[in-house]
Amino acid sequence: MQPFTPVLLEAVGVADGQTIASYKSRGGYAPLERLLAEKQPIDIVEMVKASGLRGRGGAGFSTGLKWTFLPKDHPGPIYLCINADESEPGTFNNRILMEDDPHQVIEGIILSAFATRASTAYIYLRYEYPQSWNRLQTAIDEAYAAGYLGKNIRGSGFSLDIYLHRGAAAYICGEETGLIESLEGKRAWPRIKPPFPAIEGLFRKPTVVNNIETMACVAQIARRGVDWFRSIGVPADPNNPRDPGSYGPKLYCLSGHVERPGCYETPLGITARQLINEYGGGVWKGRRAKAVIPGGISMGLMTEAELDTPLDFAGPGKVGCLGLGTAAVVVIDETVSIVDFLHNSCRFFAHESCGQCTPCREGTSWSLRMLERIKAGKGRLRDLDLLAEIGNTMGMMPGSTICGLADGAAWPIKNAIKKFRGEFEDYIKRTNPQGWMVTDPVPALQIVGSH
Amino acid sequence: MATVIVDGKEIEIGADERLNCIEAARLAGAEIPHYCWHPGLSVVASCRMCLVETGTRDAATGKISMMPKLVPACQTPAKDGTVIVTESQLVKESRARVEEALLIDHPIDCPICDKAGECLLQDYHFQHGQAERRADLHPFTSRRRDVGPTVTLFVDRCIMCTRCVRFTREVSGTSELMVTSRGAKEEIDIFPGHPLDNKLSGNVVDLCPVGALGDKDFLYQQRVWFMKREANVCGGCSAGCSIHTEHNQDTVYRLKPRENPHVNKWWICDDGRYGWHHIHDASRIVGAGRRASSSTPLESVEWADVITRLRADLKAAGRLAVAVSPMLTVEEAWMLCAVARSIDPQALLAVGHVPQAGEDETFPGGFTIRAEKCPNRLGVEGVIALFDPAVRSWNDLVSHVRAGHADAAWITGAYPAAWIDDDTAAAFADLKCLVVQDLFDSPLTALATWKLPAAGFAERAGTWVNVAHRAQSFEQAVRPPAGIWPEGRLYWNMLGRRGLYDPTAVRRQIADSSASFAALAGEIPATGVDLRIHQLASTTS
Repeated sequence: MQPFTPVLLEAVGVADGQTIASYKSRGGYAPLERLLAEKQPIDIVEMVKASGLRGRGGAGFSTGLKWTFLPKDHPGPIYLCINADESEPGTFNNRILMEDDPHQVIEGIILSAFATRASTAYIYLRYEYPQSWNRLQTAIDEAYAAGYLGKNIRGSGFSLDIYLHRGAAAYICGEETGLIESLEGKRAWPRIKPPFPAIEGLFRKPTVVNNIETMACVAQIARRGVDWFRSIGVPADPNNPRDPGSYGPKLYCLSGHVERPGCYETPLGITARQLINEYGGGVWKGRRAKAVIPGGISMGLMTEAELDTPLDFAGPGKVGCLGLGTAAVVVIDETVSIVDFLHNSCRFFAHESCGQCTPCREGTSWSLRMLERIKAGKGRLRDLDLLAEIGNTMGMMPGSTICGLADGAAWPIKNAIKKFRGEFEDYIKRTNPQGWMVTDPVPALQIVGSH
Repeated sequence: MATVIVDGKEIEIGADERLNCIEAARLAGAEIPHYCWHPGLSVVASCRMCLVETGTRDAATGKISMMPKLVPACQTPAKDGTVIVTESQLVKESRARVEEALLIDHPIDCPICDKAGECLLQDYHFQHGQAERRADLHPFTSRRRDVGPTVTLFVDRCIMCTRCVRFTREVSGTSELMVTSRGAKEEIDIFPGHPLDNKLSGNVVDLCPVGALGDKDFLYQQRVWFMKREANVCGGCSAGCSIHTEHNQDTVYRLKPRENPHVNKWWICDDGRYGWHHIHDASRIVGAGRRASSSTPLESVEWADVITRLRADLKAAGRLAVAVSPMLTVEEAWMLCAVARSIDPQALLAVGHVPQAGEDETFPGGFTIRAEKCPNRLGVEGVIALFDPAVRSWNDLVSHVRAGHADAAWITGAYPAAWIDDDTAAAFADLKCLVVQDLFDSPLTALATWKLPAAGFAERAGTWVNVAHRAQSFEQAVRPPAGIWPEGRLYWNMLGRRGLYDPTAVRRQIADSSASFAALAGEIPATGVDLRIHQLASTTS
């Protein structure tokens, strides 16, 4: 693979790259001025649709298509919400963008708001990002001063206000409708769908929720063109009519047991092995990888043997993972017990389950308590079947929950049990040598016979 | 018309009926278990107990295509061609798992829980749960905290259906309750310093499908399976809410709302809910008494003698004025008027005192508490109008007596609270004969020649007409304390009628003899009949 020159991350390492002057010197805001002067909103929608841009937040839904779900000729207001509640463990690509190149994000937001006819945009920022908060707010102020935000932007007649909202640190606020509820000042309990946010979202008005990296991609598509974007990545699979392809550059967050963890920009479709070896300098201390999380903990696990899977939107699904997710690749080396990994994963989801739907609320908590027991040396083999059952039945896909958090909680469980069952069994037999076998209940005495 | 297919059985629902799959399946006789859904509250689809398989039948080809996953029946509208499968293996397994999940953190303290016997968690466990408890966790905590003056919360029994939270937000509009914490640690709680204290707060106990919310008034008073319930009507105000009186051995233990779409939907107010204690008050008037003169004490009279001696006293006194209490039923009022007119054909008939308190109070959910604190003013007015087109009020009667136009008065009361002051009572001091029939002693009973007991609301049978002209008939729920004849029994006997007092016979007689009550002729449905609509229909036809 040829070395890829970073585009989304071009400001990284540039002195004062976060300032508006630096951004403009790199060609920023010029495409915005041109498009605002020459094009109509529908043209921007068509441009993004043509680029094949898929949402970078996790689900990978086509961004342009999402925008077209908004009702036509709606009297307004229409809202644009930017999801910067980056809470998926292992993920930090949005943070890099917000801290090092906030104007790229803001330009994308202005273009997206123009396309969706929104005159108000909210950035929902996770609480734990103070530096992002400072840089974004400064950048918003700069953009207002330069006339890129506010009333009648650059004489185009289009007006936009951006509000930066800082959340209070809950994973569920990253779920589209949970974010909307939280933004309305309510408990972030995801809403039942339909109606989808495009029809009835924030303050019961049509709403689009997009990710920070998606906004950066919109800005780059505007600057470099649709053809440039489509020249990168993995084209659609001609044998699968439902595959829209994975185009464009992607920020991969590489962390865990690698020599050089970090956020790397490469074309979509790089394999996990390439990413680890060529960018991350290989698994640390010369060890082998035991498992790799393809895109945030909720996407499940790939084994060493599956590392040649391309990390595009379709790839991880082919090896039983949930999907590409946020492309947060976490490497787990061979010394780590998979029991510890699953315990940690379950602890996270039991803590972060919003508690609305029964299967997720009780399932996440039950699986955590089962793993705590297994770790305490009181595991039983049948616990593994129970865990697998919880993993297989909890989530939006079997229909048992409202939102996808439960799927994210279920996937590590079922992947771990399926792909590493032997290790679990060994662990239980080793730590609970007397009681790992299932003991059948003692049959009830024959009452009649005993009298 | 829309056709819905429930478990292979086709049912028709109206084209303008907006039913969800739970309601549609119920029409077909299939009960889909559910916790969080309630017809009076918004849909959250969070308990996941009502998951079913659904699909659509193509109208043209008849081909059925099923959804690949389970969907919540509460959230899925039943449209033409909707296919609902409520008993497939997949659905049963899903229910069993939800039931199992809910029981993981439930203390299962049924033996000391008031809800046992009418608990959805119990019922569904037997119907849909699994025999083995696979979670080897042993939760037994029984944390309890007060959330308001009438309601207490058993925190660990809660299954987080959030019906109560939605009720305070959508129906009472007071928003005291909320959910705190997250995941399996979440709890229902109040905002600090803002207890659950509104006039509808008792409804959250009815809404609670498990024993988490307890009614302090009922707590540990009675096992629910010992109680019998009688369909009744609340006498607290002129709204006339449909209720169930739940009682055991002539003791009332609690009142529950009875669903009535025309009156109270699913709710009742706390004034009504806890407004039954007066019928078990020890200071109630028990037994009939007569005073020979104002200076002599009351001497008790056998009921058999009351019938004749009361008539004789009133006859001897002369001009009679009668206050027909708006607490009486239509049947009792009619018989009282008939008795009075048989004694004095010119007797003045007036509506008794109509208690008022404040203004009508309407809540965001549409529920209204009426300022008129009696159940049957319209019914009594209608009855009096049959005898005398000039329907007089209590004040008319007092002026009439003050002016010396009456020699005797018969004042019926049955008011649960004090209602008359000394000044008003003084107007009746100089009568030759004063008959007072009431629940409690008052300035008026001190002057009475005849002091007769009255029945409480659950102790009488008959028909009340509420503020919206809806007539609801009900049966006697409990017997009055020994020594008390309900008004209807006394009047029935004074009219010389044979046998036991039969309110239905009286009601039919009234309906046959008057256009305004014609709607009462047949069987009265549980939700009552609207007297006006029937009148309109009968006059136009």
